[in-house]
Amino acid sequence: MTKLKPLPSLRGIAALSGIAMFAVLLLAVAPAVLSDHWLNNLGKYCCWAIAAVGIGLAWGRGGMLVMGQGVFFALGAYAMAMHLTLETAGDRVPGFMVLYDPLAPLPAFWEPFRSAGFTLAAIVVLPVVAAGILGYALFKRRVKGAYFAILTQALAVALATLISSTIRETGGDTGLSDFKFFFGFVLNDPANKVMVYLIAAALLIVCLLAVWQFYRSRFGELLVATRDAEERVRFLGYDPANIKLVAFVVSALMASIGGAMFVPIVGIITPAEIGAAASILMIAGVAFGGRASLFGPALGAMAVGWGQSSLGSTWPDGWTYILGLLFVVVILFLPSGLSSLPARFAAIRRRPAEQPTPPITAAELEEVRA
Amino acid sequence: MTGASLVVTDLHVEFSGFVAVGGVSFDAHPGEVRFLIGPNGAGKTTCIDAITGLTRGTGSARLGETELLGKQVHKIVRLGVGRTFQTASVFDELTVLQNLDIAAGLHRSSVSLLRARRGVDPSIEQALEETGLAGELATPAGILSHGQKQWLEIAMLLVQDAKVLLLDEPVAGMSHDERTATGDLLQRIAVKRIVLVVEHDMDFMRRFATRVTVLHQGKVLSQGTVAEVQADPKVQEVYLGTAGAATAAAMAVVPEAVAETLKLTED
Repeated sequence: MTKLKPLPSLRGIAALSGIAMFAVLLLAVAPAVLSDHWLNNLGKYCCWAIAAVGIGLAWGRGGMLVMGQGVFFALGAYAMAMHLTLETAGDRVPGFMVLYDPLAPLPAFWEPFRSAGFTLAAIVVLPVVAAGILGYALFKRRVKGAYFAILTQALAVALATLISSTIRETGGDTGLSDFKFFFGFVLNDPANKVMVYLIAAALLIVCLLAVWQFYRSRFGELLVATRDAEERVRFLGYDPANIKLVAFVVSALMASIGGAMFVPIVGIITPAEIGAAASILMIAGVAFGGRASLFGPALGAMAVGWGQSSLGSTWPDGWTYILGLLFVVVILFLPSGLSSLPARFAAIRRRPAEQPTPPITAAELEEVRA
Repeated sequence: MTGASLVVTDLHVEFSGFVAVGGVSFDAHPGEVRFLIGPNGAGKTTCIDAITGLTRGTGSARLGETELLGKQVHKIVRLGVGRTFQTASVFDELTVLQNLDIAAGLHRSSVSLLRARRGVDPSIEQALEETGLAGELATPAGILSHGQKQWLEIAMLLVQDAKVLLLDEPVAGMSHDERTATGDLLQRIAVKRIVLVVEHDMDFMRRFATRVTVLHQGKVLSQGTVAEVQADPKVQEVYLGTAGAATAAAMAVVPEAVAETLKLTED
């Protein structure tokens, strides 16, 4: 009994110091070392990483394959983009709207986004409400596995199509761009760019701390239990729908925060950034890094982001194939992602004759079958 | 622990036309180890499924004054009805302590769920002592032996403070010593709780049952003490095909059970 106690706390300290190290790297080292261009890129990866941390919680720990996180990414991103567009336009109607109909007034749903407070609240409340309603409807009806994945994916497609087709209200495929200000700060100023980056990086650290607490809490254990044996959890007197709902809503909130920070950093948001392909890319990063681990999703998302902006720009045709190949290799040989490599090496060194069995394969098979 | 009894009256369960359970009535009281036996397909497990809300049944299943049929699974559990499954279903990736802690969390507030666990609940320690798992606290449940997994399931029912324990073949696949330990455990916990056991193993039933209900093709064939049931010619006919002596080997209809018992008599 006494043997157990030091274990989790030791592991907790290791995880915390890992987060601290990550924080130092992102908040102190990166701004000092990287050029403006790469710091801006890193900020973009941080935004994807924030969404990825949420996916890790919902998919890695909760077993819900959230294929449409682009929806919640879009809620945060477009809320932020509408505010920044209005801030840039001042008292006038935004330029792209005038282009289609010079005399039309600002659409009613844009009006409240003039307020900075409303925008910030919307970035938090919109995904929580949307994911709450969606999750409640799905989990109470016991929709899961592939059905859940396809449904969320379809929502991402639907939202992207809706945005594409409402050019006057949302900017359509061209998206929203040309933001001059960020809550009063001039976005062109390099110092302000660093500040925006630091906010995104700090939010990523906060999200990591949040899931760290989730994973070590009783809720985290319950979530894993629900992932592995939902019916059994029901027979312990819990409603699994509520447990999954909490994880799903938190992951949606994180996607929204990532989306909101994406806008001032990248300077443009379009349906392509939130649609099916973008949503799958978010999943790919998480699978690549290791969906059930603490750092795997964030690091995986950053790696995929980096690959996209370096290889993706120099060799755009090849990048897609490399990404696909990586994905296949990881799923085949490292179902727990790259973050499981150290543990596997350790296991191989300890008993060289024995082949370590990948722990997630069974769950993964079940998920595909379900 | 008010001494409420589980009373099942005229329970019917149908699967798209097929009558799995057709009007079964029995009761179980605290202080007795109640057995539900019968050949394969007799509807034993289906009875438990209906009582716990897993399948839909008509009729009545009352715990004290409360009707259980028609309620949602997790609500029935919260009323104090716990069950195990034929295949041990513990959370393999979690430790024994984590498994028990989840079971004990039933009565916790949602806010406390967000905190990490500190120390071990007294109810968990008690259940560990009771089931002899105290040494396995930090062991992942997946690497426990088959018997230990079944005990862990029973321990989980104890910490969730179940008033009714419905156990589906708790000793299947266990060694002789493990069976004896399980039987003793059941008799201990039955002092204050209702224990209903579904079993194939006649030897185990004979040693530990207080009262027995024999099901056959979805109906109650016989009911009473072990001696009464064994003496019932209807029971002998179902189990033997002819009216003969109800020997240990012959009463078990399942081949594994026969093999098991034969092995035991050889020992």
